[in-house]
Amino acid sequence: MSDSPADLRAAFLARRVDMQAAYPRVFSGFWRARAFTLVLAGGALAVYLAALVILEFSPGIILHGLGRLADIAVLMLPPSPGGWERFLLYLDALGQTLSIALLGTLAAALLGLPLGFLAARNVVANRLLHLATRRGLDSIRSIDTLIWALIWINVVGLGPFAGALAIASTDLAAFAKLMSEAIEAADHRPVEGVAAAGGGHLARIRFGIVPQVLPVLASQVLYFFESNTRSATIIGVVGAGGIGLYLAEAIRVLEWRETSFLILMVLVTVAAIDALSQRLRGARPRGA
Amino acid sequence: MPHTVTVPPDAQLAPLLRFYAAAVASRRRRMLLGMAVLASCVLVAAAGAEVDAGKFWAGIGNFGDYFSRLLLLDTGEPVWTDPAEWFWGLRRWVRLLGETLLIAYAGTLTGTIGAFAGGFLCSRNLVRTAPLRFVVRRLLEFCRTVPDIVFALIFVASFGLGAVPGVLAIAIHTTGALGKLFCEVVENIDIRPVEGIASTGGNWFAQVRFGALPQVLSNFASYALLRFEINVRGATVIGVVGAGGIGQDLIVAIRQFHTSDVSAILLLIILCVMAIDTLSERLRHRLLSLESRQ
Repeated sequence: MSDSPADLRAAFLARRVDMQAAYPRVFSGFWRARAFTLVLAGGALAVYLAALVILEFSPGIILHGLGRLADIAVLMLPPSPGGWERFLLYLDALGQTLSIALLGTLAAALLGLPLGFLAARNVVANRLLHLATRRGLDSIRSIDTLIWALIWINVVGLGPFAGALAIASTDLAAFAKLMSEAIEAADHRPVEGVAAAGGGHLARIRFGIVPQVLPVLASQVLYFFESNTRSATIIGVVGAGGIGLYLAEAIRVLEWRETSFLILMVLVTVAAIDALSQRLRGARPRGA
Repeated sequence: MPHTVTVPPDAQLAPLLRFYAAAVASRRRRMLLGMAVLASCVLVAAAGAEVDAGKFWAGIGNFGDYFSRLLLLDTGEPVWTDPAEWFWGLRRWVRLLGETLLIAYAGTLTGTIGAFAGGFLCSRNLVRTAPLRFVVRRLLEFCRTVPDIVFALIFVASFGLGAVPGVLAIAIHTTGALGKLFCEVVENIDIRPVEGIASTGGNWFAQVRFGALPQVLSNFASYALLRFEINVRGATVIGVVGAGGIGQDLIVAIRQFHTSDVSAILLLIILCVMAIDTLSERLRHRLLSLESRQ
């Protein structure tokens, strides 16, 4: 007797009633589980279609847009900075973007560490203070970097400084959250050891907890620097310095070849930073 | 039982102490060197970012000022004295916030579909054709690295103002970001069910559908929810470049110094984002518990 799938299937179908009686658990509940999945998927799809209708998607708009997009893609080739002087200008702006990312990340880390202690349950026993800090940090995190940039521009004026402050504001909250989690997960025995040797509250934090969370902070700073080089490229769109300013300008005046050149510059920079930070993470000495 | 501490004689102790001091000193030196490199980087960066301590001090006063002004109505009264005046545009803002959520939802779902295909196509264990994997990987990388605002700017130029370019920009960025995560999930599956399907004569689609998919679905869903949270934040600002949602009203309010409007809209955004975060966190925990039960 051959065991091809078709034969097996025929054999099963012939004995189906017996099988169902013998193994009721395999056969029951199948449709119930499937119906649940189907209803879930159907609901998600219905909301999706409704969203497309409400947001005024139509085949006409899509086709027309895709046609223009193809035109633009052709116009983008070959990428060119439009002259040596402009290239130097862009390079300068790119340096500014990196500066914004570095300063923003470091400022966020410096301010985020103490806030993380305030938000950690095992350091600050006062429940109210701890809760207020958490909610406050959540509110700061809910506001996008671009909005922070707009607000800081009103405070310190147009320019890269506003951008650095915007990045610092958003990441401050993210750092504090990560730090508070690392602190809550920290081993409490070193803290008890310091306490047993007669250390006060500050000494317990300095010698019991800080050495444990500092490596976490260091590796997070690298991660954030990476992602902030990406964020820093866009805050220029609202006038907060860096290469985004030129990118937005090139798109507004429909200089497509310069646009594609600027995008390429961003891509190369981000790839380089990625590679660099991967090496740094690998080379980080143990316990540092 | 009495404790006795044996102290070795000085002759034995001296080399150990020397060794300890040398070890500490070398660590200190390394630390100092690292600090010096970092400090010089910061100085260069500070010059590049035009940081001006004087301007900052003058500005930090402004900052307090600005935030207290955010809480003042045009009449000069604090906002909480007249909530109706503070939230005068509530109907419009809630509608725009709803549009923002829809943009985030449509963008996330479209992007998830793209990432679903991309995640399987660039996984080393399911796709044997190296060139295909390479192309898909580079494509996802491109989608991920170009910021969504840049896509939005380009799409606004080609599709016109409105929510359509916003959805597309978020969808493309989501495809790149999720595709990478999905790919990692697929590469970590247990390959035996896939081989089982292959051994019964199932083709590639059957292998993926019945061998791989059941293993990755809950992880995919949880990553997609996480991305939805991020995209809600992103959708609040995509209107800044004219791609729909509440960002357009917010940037107008900020630029024209309608301070009480700014605080009202920011408050609505914060509440909305927090609500979505809480909801999606619950869902994700439920998904994870579902997985651990299996």
